[in-house]
Amino acid sequence: MCNACNTFLDKLIDRGLLIETGVDGLYGRSGAFEDVIARFDALITRFGGGDGAEIIRFPPGMNRALFEKSGYLKSFPNLAGTIHAFSGNDAAHARLVERLAAGDDWTEDQRLTDVVLAPAACYPLYPVIAKRGPLPEGGRLVDLNSYCFRHEPSKDPARMQMFRMREYVRIGTPEQVTEFRALWLERAEQLIGKLALPYHLDVANDPFFGRAGRLLANNQRDQRLKFELLVPIESEEKPTACLSFNYHQDHFGTLWGIRTAADETAHTACVGFGMERVALALFKHHGLDVEAWPATVREALWG
Amino acid sequence: MNEKLRQILAAHGKLAVDVAKIADGDDLYAAGLTSFATVQLMLAIEDGFDIEIPDRMLNRRTFASIEALQACVAELVRNREAA
Repeated sequence: MCNACNTFLDKLIDRGLLIETGVDGLYGRSGAFEDVIARFDALITRFGGGDGAEIIRFPPGMNRALFEKSGYLKSFPNLAGTIHAFSGNDAAHARLVERLAAGDDWTEDQRLTDVVLAPAACYPLYPVIAKRGPLPEGGRLVDLNSYCFRHEPSKDPARMQMFRMREYVRIGTPEQVTEFRALWLERAEQLIGKLALPYHLDVANDPFFGRAGRLLANNQRDQRLKFELLVPIESEEKPTACLSFNYHQDHFGTLWGIRTAADETAHTACVGFGMERVALALFKHHGLDVEAWPATVREALWG
Repeated sequence: MNEKLRQILAAHGKLAVDVAKIADGDDLYAAGLTSFATVQLMLAIEDGFDIEIPDRMLNRRTFASIEALQACVAELVRNREAA
C-alpha cells in the first residue's frame, strides 16, 4: 500500500490503473482503464453512429508539410511535437554513442523527419477531404480517433502529453455545420448525464501562444466559436474540458481549398471527446473500482 | 494617421476588397479580415506607430473598423508622448 498517496494521480498509479513511465503526462494504461475507454467509445457510437459518418483512422503521426501548412505553429508552437531521426555517417554515429555515454548532448545529427505528432485527431483530415474535390450536396461527416500529442508536462493526470481524441467532424455549408454543433451540444448533455458526472457547458478558447494568442483567444470567445463541457477532476475551481465543440468557420475550408457542392468555401466544425479525461472523470467521481460504480452508469457503459 | 493605417491595412489585412473603397466606419470583418490577419495587422500597427497594444485592447472591437483602430492608436500614441 502506498503511504503517500495524496493526489488523484498517486491513487491511480497505486491502484495500477495508470502506469508510470518517468515522464509527467506519459502513462501506461491497465486493462481496467482501457475497458472504460472502450466502453465510452462505444457509448459515443451509440449516440452518433446512426448519422452515417465515414470512419477514418489516422496514425498518431502526420505529414510534416501538411502540418506546416495547417497553421498550428502560428498558434501553438510550444505544444507541437516534431519527430527527429539520426542522419549522420559512421563517424557521427561514433560521436553520438560517445556523447551519450558521457551524458553530453548527443542530438547534433538529429534532423527533422517528414513526420510530426498529430496535435488533434482532425488535423490530417482536412487536406484529405480537399483532395477529393467539391463536397457532395449533403457535405461530409467523418468519425476519427487518434492518439494526439501536446507538449505540456503536468502532474495533473487529466493533462496528459499523449492521449486519445475521438472526433466527429462536419464539413459543409455554414448551416450544416452549425446545426451539427448544436445537435452535439444537446447530445453531449444526455451522454454525460448517463455517466452521472457533474458538468457545465461554457464558452472557451484554445490556448493560443503569446500576445497574439490573447487576441486570437479573445476573438474566439467573442464569436462563441468554442464551447467546452467541463467536469471537475483535479480541481473544482478549474474543471477539466472533457468534450469540446468547435466551429472553425471557413478557416480550414479557405486554408485547404475545400469547396461545397455549390462551389462556396466550406465551413467546418468538430466535436472532440477527450477519452482519457472522461475515463478519469468517471474514476474520480465514482471511485477506482468499476464494480462499485452506480448501476445506471454501469448499465450505460456495459449494458 | 488615417493614411498610414490604410497603408498597413492594405499590406497586412488580406482583405477581399480594395482598402480605398472602405469607409472609415465600415466593418472590416465583413470586408474579409480574419483572426489570423488581425494578428499580422496588430504587429504591423505596433511596429508602424511604435506602440504596444495593451491586453485590454486585444479584442475584436479594436480591429472592427478603421475608425476604431484610429481611436486606439491615437490613444496609445498620446500616452506614449505624454510619458
